[in-house]
Amino acid sequence: MTKPEGELTWRDLEIGSIVTEAGNASQYQTGDWRSERPIFDNNKCIKCGLCYIFCPEGCIGQNAEGYFDADLFYCKGCGICARECWPKAISMVPEEE
Amino acid sequence: MENYSVYVPRLVTKRENFAPGHRACIGCGEALAVRLACKALGQKTIIVTATGCIEIISSQLPYTSWRVPWIHTLFENTAAVASGIESGLKILMKKGRIAQQEITVVAMAGDGGTSDIGIQALSGALERGHNFLYLCFDNEAYMNTGIQRSSATPFGASTTTSPAGKVSIGQVTWKKNMPAIAAAHNIPYVATACPSYPIDLMAKVEKGAATPGPAYVHILSVCPTGWRCATDLTIRIGRLAVETGIFPLYEVENGKYRLNFDFPKLRPVTDYMKLQGRFRHLSEDVINKIQQRVSAEYAELKEKASEGKG
Repeated sequence: MTKPEGELTWRDLEIGSIVTEAGNASQYQTGDWRSERPIFDNNKCIKCGLCYIFCPEGCIGQNAEGYFDADLFYCKGCGICARECWPKAISMVPEEE
Repeated sequence: MENYSVYVPRLVTKRENFAPGHRACIGCGEALAVRLACKALGQKTIIVTATGCIEIISSQLPYTSWRVPWIHTLFENTAAVASGIESGLKILMKKGRIAQQEITVVAMAGDGGTSDIGIQALSGALERGHNFLYLCFDNEAYMNTGIQRSSATPFGASTTTSPAGKVSIGQVTWKKNMPAIAAAHNIPYVATACPSYPIDLMAKVEKGAATPGPAYVHILSVCPTGWRCATDLTIRIGRLAVETGIFPLYEVENGKYRLNFDFPKLRPVTDYMKLQGRFRHLSEDVINKIQQRVSAEYAELKEKASEGKG
């Protein structure tokens, strides 16, 4: 989008409210919904990728070393990754700010 | 790659056709199911989505989560719009306006949009034999408007329009068996899937998309908000639904039933129910009644699968 969401008016909408930029929801931050944050312990990680496949946000990615990490811009802190990680490499800690 | 089955999640495509930044509730099973289905479908896809959770979480103007062509329809005409797109593409290719190519047309709807409001359009589209894939994301109530009961709500579940109390036990009717209704149209492919079994779900969506003619996949999507459960239990509850026999995973290919996961002994239904607040009021009598029904339905399904026919 050319303008930030707050500055958009009805004049900026396409006819029929068509959104012309595919997947632009990725500019929207959902990370601030989070009350718990996943912490990845790479010593226990076996790089199986279960956290990646079970993340409803699709925000867990693999880094160059093959370990996984969550993109906190999107992570809503559901805790599915921590629950499903069977080597228990992921733990949820409360957000303290 | 010493143990293939453990590392298989890493082998799926990294491309996300359903972009992050969607506004699904925390721990949404439906968003996960859509994400996995979009991975399996790939880029050459046109998606038609009924009103419902998927639509409102993915397309809040001016944002969209879709990285494939997508159109929103009303509850009642999802399958009709998908049929129209499929026929339109066919005619455009025949007239040479667009190049001959394989384009998958996919209709997505929730359980209300499928088993209540959209059933006549779906039945018509299945009967006319359009080449499309219909995905029903079943979260067992109208979750986006505030947990009202649908015909897919299971017996005994408390919702805002079937509240449990001194007089009522919650929902008093049994869940509509939508995959059986789809299978009764004698379509080439019907399947049930659950995002707790992601590779199975992706394989079924891929198979349904590749099937010439109509295909129907019914996907159980755990809803922590409406089912009153912890957000991190989404995957576990989906798995328990399969292991208890409440939601068996099976395929019907040209009338032939096949159970994908057959457990020698089913877990008791209480294992599944005790994790969810919507069943917390149920007495032992009611749970026994549910257990009997689940066992009987599972036995029936197993018999169909062993006979290899419908």
